Amino acid sequence: MSRRRVVVTGLGMLSPLGNTVESSWQAALAGKSGIAPIEHMDVSAFSTRFGGSIRDFDIEPYMSAKEARKLDLFIQYGIAACIQAMNDAGLDITDDNRDRIGVSMGSGIGGLTNIERNHELLLNSGPRRISPFFVPGSIVNMVAGYLSIQYGLRGPNYALTTACTTGTHSIGMAARNIAYGEADVMIAGGSEMATSGLGLGGFSAARALSTRNEDPTRASRPWDAERDGFVLSDGSGAMVLEEYEHAKARGAHIHAELIGFGMSGDGFHMTAPPEDGRGAAMCMGNALRDADVAPEQVGYINAHGTSTLAGDLAETRAVATVFGDHACKLAMSSTKSMTGHLLGAAGAVEAIFSVLALRDQVAPPTINLDNPGEGCNLDYVAHEAQARQLDVVISNSFGFGGTNGSLVFRRL
Amino acid sequence: MSTIEERVKKIVAEQLGVKEEEVTNSASFVEDLGADSLDTVELVMALEEEFETEIPDEEAEKITTVQEAINYVNSHQK
Repeated sequence: MSRRRVVVTGLGMLSPLGNTVESSWQAALAGKSGIAPIEHMDVSAFSTRFGGSIRDFDIEPYMSAKEARKLDLFIQYGIAACIQAMNDAGLDITDDNRDRIGVSMGSGIGGLTNIERNHELLLNSGPRRISPFFVPGSIVNMVAGYLSIQYGLRGPNYALTTACTTGTHSIGMAARNIAYGEADVMIAGGSEMATSGLGLGGFSAARALSTRNEDPTRASRPWDAERDGFVLSDGSGAMVLEEYEHAKARGAHIHAELIGFGMSGDGFHMTAPPEDGRGAAMCMGNALRDADVAPEQVGYINAHGTSTLAGDLAETRAVATVFGDHACKLAMSSTKSMTGHLLGAAGAVEAIFSVLALRDQVAPPTINLDNPGEGCNLDYVAHEAQARQLDVVISNSFGFGGTNGSLVFRRL
Repeated sequence: MSTIEERVKKIVAEQLGVKEEEVTNSASFVEDLGADSLDTVELVMALEEEFETEIPDEEAEKITTVQEAINYVNSHQK
């Protein structure tokens, strides 16, 4: 069976850097941090008291306030990003194409805030006070479900949940739905709102988060010697993937081609990667093979780069393994230095940044990288964006459980 | 102090996201005010909270219009 080609025709994003793709991207290119003290709840008892929140969010352009009230914020963020991406793609949905348009929107955790609120009602007031919208307003697949209801989309409809690799896997698997012939268009990505009491407290308990409370904008510092954990952030990224001939036939603007997807499992530890990064290396290798490109063709890697001691080093070693001498020539940056870590949305937000890097021929920076830590010896695009000739780029995600994913995009 | 009728109408408008003038006595939650089955469950919960009463499921099923809600509250006021 010959494989159908998949291109990106729409982009949508809510991130701590901005509530649109362009505002987020321009802030990233300028090296701005989206990290700030958390204000939407009382965090005085927490060891980490900052994060990357979505600010000044207005749901009304995307759905009525009455509808929004039933849905956890992660669903609202996801719907907003999807609608932005669909508007960008300019695709008219008709009875002739709705059966061939699907949604693959995942979340790392799901409706944590809603779960907490209803659990409180259960304990304080009893089971009769649990909202009838608690379950449908919290479950991981409700971004995909709700969007399909809003637009009458009848193609494949699902949500993957693979921790911090969710967004990457969601896009990669959606591309396969198109390549395999199950759909002509897929809206794919991830969304997250985990800066709740349990989310912030849970990641703190796992000793995963930076505790640089006195200097939040400098807390996410991938590969820096002083890095001390990741910064928890909220938001969503979504892209419209489309079969190449389908996009061409309707004269769509094509942002990039998605040419490769690879996955692997570490088979090692719940939260830590193997020191040599072999799971990540295998994942990138699989993606390059799927894309049928040589390592030397890759000009930029949007790293997972969360600013943890073990993860940043393992990814660097993995890149050295896969790319050999070329590892020092390519640019690899972590936009998480500015956005923080959006968990299940991270892969989608970073896939979008990777596509925009191809569009604008520029590698976004890694901010706060003042002194590279031991063993961190690649070109991480420290402090300032670099103009680069880029034809092929990779976006990496690695998650708890040892789940890995890499996407390969090419300029068209 | 608002009357029971005013309080019921205010809750219906808030819960179903409609304007208060649409909430006439004869309005049906589902047919006139756009509620679905889960909306009506939530509406009954809000009425229970406002009037500090417990509405059994078999009674709740019979409350389908604004007037029926008013009648129920009137006849079950403590």
